[in-house]
Amino acid sequence: MSRLTVPKTYKLYIGGKFPRTESGRSLAIENQKGETVAHICHGSRKDFREAVESANKAFGAWSGVTGYLRGQIMYRMAEMLEGRREEFVAAIMVTSNVTVSAARKEVDASVDRLVRFAGWTDKHQQIIGCANAVAGDYYNFTVPQPQGVVVALSPKTPPLLGLVTCIAAPLCSGNTVVAIGSDSHPIPTAILGEVCQTSDVPAGVINILTGYQKDIIEHVATHRQVAAVYASDLSKKDRVILEEGGSESMKRLHFVSVDEETWYDNSAMASPWEVEPFVEHKTIWHPSAC
Amino acid sequence: MRIPVDTVMVQQRADSFARRSIKTESKQQGLRLALSMIDLTTLEGKDSPEKVRSLCAKAINPWEGTIDPPLPSVAAVCVYPSLVRVAKHSLQGSSVAVASVATGFPSGQYPIDVRLNDVEEAVRAGADEIDMVINRGAFLSGDFGEVSDEISRVRGVCGTAHLKIILETGELETLENIRIASELSIRAAANAGPIKDGEVFIKTSTGKISPAATMPVTLVMLEVIRDYYEETGIRIGMKPAGGIKTAKQALHYLVMVKETLGNDWLTKSLFRFGASSLTNDVLRQLVRQHTGRYAATYDFSEA
Repeated sequence: MSRLTVPKTYKLYIGGKFPRTESGRSLAIENQKGETVAHICHGSRKDFREAVESANKAFGAWSGVTGYLRGQIMYRMAEMLEGRREEFVAAIMVTSNVTVSAARKEVDASVDRLVRFAGWTDKHQQIIGCANAVAGDYYNFTVPQPQGVVVALSPKTPPLLGLVTCIAAPLCSGNTVVAIGSDSHPIPTAILGEVCQTSDVPAGVINILTGYQKDIIEHVATHRQVAAVYASDLSKKDRVILEEGGSESMKRLHFVSVDEETWYDNSAMASPWEVEPFVEHKTIWHPSAC
Repeated sequence: MRIPVDTVMVQQRADSFARRSIKTESKQQGLRLALSMIDLTTLEGKDSPEKVRSLCAKAINPWEGTIDPPLPSVAAVCVYPSLVRVAKHSLQGSSVAVASVATGFPSGQYPIDVRLNDVEEAVRAGADEIDMVINRGAFLSGDFGEVSDEISRVRGVCGTAHLKIILETGELETLENIRIASELSIRAAANAGPIKDGEVFIKTSTGKISPAATMPVTLVMLEVIRDYYEETGIRIGMKPAGGIKTAKQALHYLVMVKETLGNDWLTKSLFRFGASSLTNDVLRQLVRQHTGRYAATYDFSEA
């Protein structure tokens, strides 16, 4: 007798748990041949709200730990992603018309991307902060500090590398993240939460939603608890929505529009200048030690 | 007569109140009602006159922004006896009452004379409401007479101030005990003199012990109030305190009150929330419905 397969129920990742969307909606996912192979959660405004609440609760502790510890945890994420390499390769290939070697290249680049940002956790301060020149016997420092809850809107492609990048950049300096994955290739998004959950990432620090970005973007723009947005591949219309809504609470908006190849470029996409859009600079006077 | 409590059914019934869908207009009304029932509370060793003053300002006008119709003030400010005068002064001319914990709050482990004196001092300082703690040690040792006698004596020195009797349900172990303590408290208060509607409340917790207020515990207490009303026609008030932090929870409690005691109890003179952080969550939801935008936690004052 042939065995029935037991396919995975794809869920959201909010506050360290894997809930279904509160809306009860789902989206059918078709493979290259047009066959329905999975259903994913069609995340709603309220899922987004819950995710922001969780991220906000987690911010105090996550921004308070040392950069070194954040680096270790992000490195652990890389280890976990590496360990599930083939699962993610398959996840990318469900909906993308790419070869196995191209999918492997994307997973490998995603692992490396996490390691890269893990390294910057305790080093970006030295690059983007500074000791300012003063005319007297004292010091004046500018130090970068995390802002709070950052929303990461992943590009359509590359689905995994794009998502990992826009999560890792704000995470690096101590922000917490609500990520909304690629509309068109959602399977890697739907399983990345499992990597976070097994990597000592505290609950609420990373929250991941699937569904349509266009459903939620207006609420991203106007939610006052959202401090900044990392957005890629946005239409002109969505960009305007973010700019208009975001101006009211003075959100920092980081728009990225690059070609697929550039996402693989560490010097462009994983430099400390990709950490900088999600920090607030604090300048302090300090009496001289001598 | 002792009425047994079916813990499993109480739990299920309590859970069922959390499954009502309350949206838009009714949500708005429910939240406004909840706001008007809050006893804004600060009971910390570090409480200072200035903290109480800012709490009072928030009690009178919970949010700086404007909403039409204007938001109600909360029901009362709840403080330690030594800060009653400060609160009374700050709340002059407003509808907000001053509630004071007393009787050696939160433990109640002091000689009865000291506890009575505590109440007298608070009343003299201007407290409109006294939140007393029962003697849990005596209760758990089965010394119901002593517990009952002490409650009667406390009510005796309250004068015109209303009395809220804190059972500290987190220390009473079982729902059956909570039922017994509720009945005993109400009858002891009645022994000291006739009760007008809303003059006596029973209250779950001090907020210093976990678990504090829960839905099943509150349900058992509401049922005692219902039974007492059916027997005597007197309306006793209810105050869950501690652990109610979200607007959604507050709405669940209101549903429970309505479906257990009816609309009569949906007023601040018969139902209160003992809380502090609940206020800001209720405000966030109200402001969200008003502006269409989700507010940030830092949009509201901390006090």
